[in-house]
Amino acid sequence: MNKVQNNKAWLLVLPVVLLVAFSAVIPLMTVVNYSVQDILDPQTQVFVGTEWFYETLHDRRLHDALGRQILYSAAVLAIEIPLGIAIALCMPTRGIWVSVCMVLMALPMLIPFNVVGTIWQIFGRADIGLGGAALAGLGIDYNYASSPLDAWLTVLLMDVWHWTSLVVLLCYAGLVAIPEAYYQAASIDGASRWAVFRYIQLPKLKNVLVIAVLLRFMDSFMIYAEPFVLTGGGPGNATTFLSQHLTKMALGQFDLGPAAAFSLVYFLIVLLFSWLFYTAINNMSKS
Amino acid sequence: MARIHLKNMAHSYLPEPQGPQDYALHPLDHVWEDGGAYALLGPSGCGKTTLLNIISGLLIPSQGQVLFDERDVTRLPTKARNIAQVFQFPVIYDTMSVFDNLAFPLRNRGFAEDRVRARVDEIADMLELGAVLKKRAAGLTADAKQTISLGRGLVRSDVAAILFDEPLTVIDPHLKWKLRRKLKQIHEQLKLTLVYVTHDQNEALTFADRVVVMQQGEVLQLGTPQELFEAPAHTFVGHFIGSPGMNFLPCRVDGDAALVDGQRIPLGDSALAAAAAAAGELSLGVRPEFLSLHDSPQAGSLPVAVDAIEDLGNYKIASVRLGEHAIKVKVPEDQPVAVERAQLTFNRDFTRLYAGDRLLG
Repeated sequence: MNKVQNNKAWLLVLPVVLLVAFSAVIPLMTVVNYSVQDILDPQTQVFVGTEWFYETLHDRRLHDALGRQILYSAAVLAIEIPLGIAIALCMPTRGIWVSVCMVLMALPMLIPFNVVGTIWQIFGRADIGLGGAALAGLGIDYNYASSPLDAWLTVLLMDVWHWTSLVVLLCYAGLVAIPEAYYQAASIDGASRWAVFRYIQLPKLKNVLVIAVLLRFMDSFMIYAEPFVLTGGGPGNATTFLSQHLTKMALGQFDLGPAAAFSLVYFLIVLLFSWLFYTAINNMSKS
Repeated sequence: MARIHLKNMAHSYLPEPQGPQDYALHPLDHVWEDGGAYALLGPSGCGKTTLLNIISGLLIPSQGQVLFDERDVTRLPTKARNIAQVFQFPVIYDTMSVFDNLAFPLRNRGFAEDRVRARVDEIADMLELGAVLKKRAAGLTADAKQTISLGRGLVRSDVAAILFDEPLTVIDPHLKWKLRRKLKQIHEQLKLTLVYVTHDQNEALTFADRVVVMQQGEVLQLGTPQELFEAPAHTFVGHFIGSPGMNFLPCRVDGDAALVDGQRIPLGDSALAAAAAAAGELSLGVRPEFLSLHDSPQAGSLPVAVDAIEDLGNYKIASVRLGEHAIKVKVPEDQPVAVERAQLTFNRDFTRLYAGDRLLG
């Protein structure tokens, strides 16, 4: 094949290059810039190489936050994905209840993150919150402000309440797209309810589930507003996830260098996890 | 294997049907013999899928019964009916291998694994799937997938009937004949009752021993391909079957002949006898195959104007006019046809008389 030299093509690509440059590359480069320098004041900058990265990667508080973060995301996925599939399976497929269920499902997703945090913060208080008071009435000692476990459960519950709907709606869309003939064939083949789920519904849901898992993983891995509103990362450091840690570092202590290095590591972790997951799923379907 | 008896059966999708217009399937009473190959033929929306779903158990008819070998299965679920069905597009279990697909109905019924293996191998041999047994079913071609769907039905040795719902729709043309031949072969080998739904007359006529022609929820005729061709019971059957369809000319009966625009066309005795008692508009029906064109007048021939001649390779279709009426005539390839005027003769034995769309005699 003869290659045609046509430099006009560059001109046509230019708008995209500019857009991506300003929206992604330049901000990211700023962070890279911070991460390799120690900036004492606008006039005094010292190039420090990989020192911040080294420090960040050996920071014990960061290891703890990362551990909590992984545990949290794993818990979110372990609850929301099966729950979302289960609810989607229970939703009606025709009639007026379809729209009713859809609207009810979509409602939590319309609420901003910090409002969700505030709602649950008040809801969980034993003195003025319905949930907290009810638990106290049942004799359960629940206090998210002092018990790390309670704080954890509350943050987890918030996310489940807020985002399970997303999984439900994705799965529901996947389920209604399955042609009726599959169910008829399964019925003729004498398949049990479980077999129908295992061999028809679950395989057909694979693509939407990949999207659901990726979205919920990335979102939960970057969770910030809810624990911030609830306890500000406490009690102690119990709900200090990576974003909290980063904010404390960058804005609380104004350690821009380590914070920038940490941001990059954070970004790479999300990217790495998503890539690993996506590749694993793709390979699974090929073999 | 079973004889299927549809006893006084009708179906309406409305809870309280008011009149015939509310019925998706008008009352019918049919016995489909054990081991027969039946085709349900008709245009989209004629009720053939409704009928199929009633037989497979997905629908319960509003009235009447479905009997398999005198056993009433009207209210039995699909699972309990021992039928197999092949759908319009291939239904396979994507995550399973071909072997597991074929074994699925047996495993669901709790067969021991060694019996499953023996039976699946047997069916795979019959369907020529032996080479791909270990492959994932999802990666195969459409016709192989349809074969697997069929195989899932056949692995059960107690299967009463196999239902096909337009199974060749998504198959490439060059593979259609192959799959159809396989179906025929299986039918001859196993002597199963087959019900084949299609809107393609060629498929129906080549596949089935008996064809059920349907229109707007009504069974117009149940007969062999030959009967449908030679004596369509309804003008719709005449139009729908054959290419081109049957010619129909409004007429009245005078003595031993039909009068069409004052021209006499001789009729058979049975048609004449029935015509005496018939009510409604009469029309005369004759297939293009049972007409012939001549250059010079013959005994009983009628003068016609020739409008056009289409050469279709191994035969020609002449469009002629008898008075006001357009008629199609099938002419042998080697017969020259005059361009303007010709003489038309009718084959008396295959000239039918219809009253209000129904065949007389």
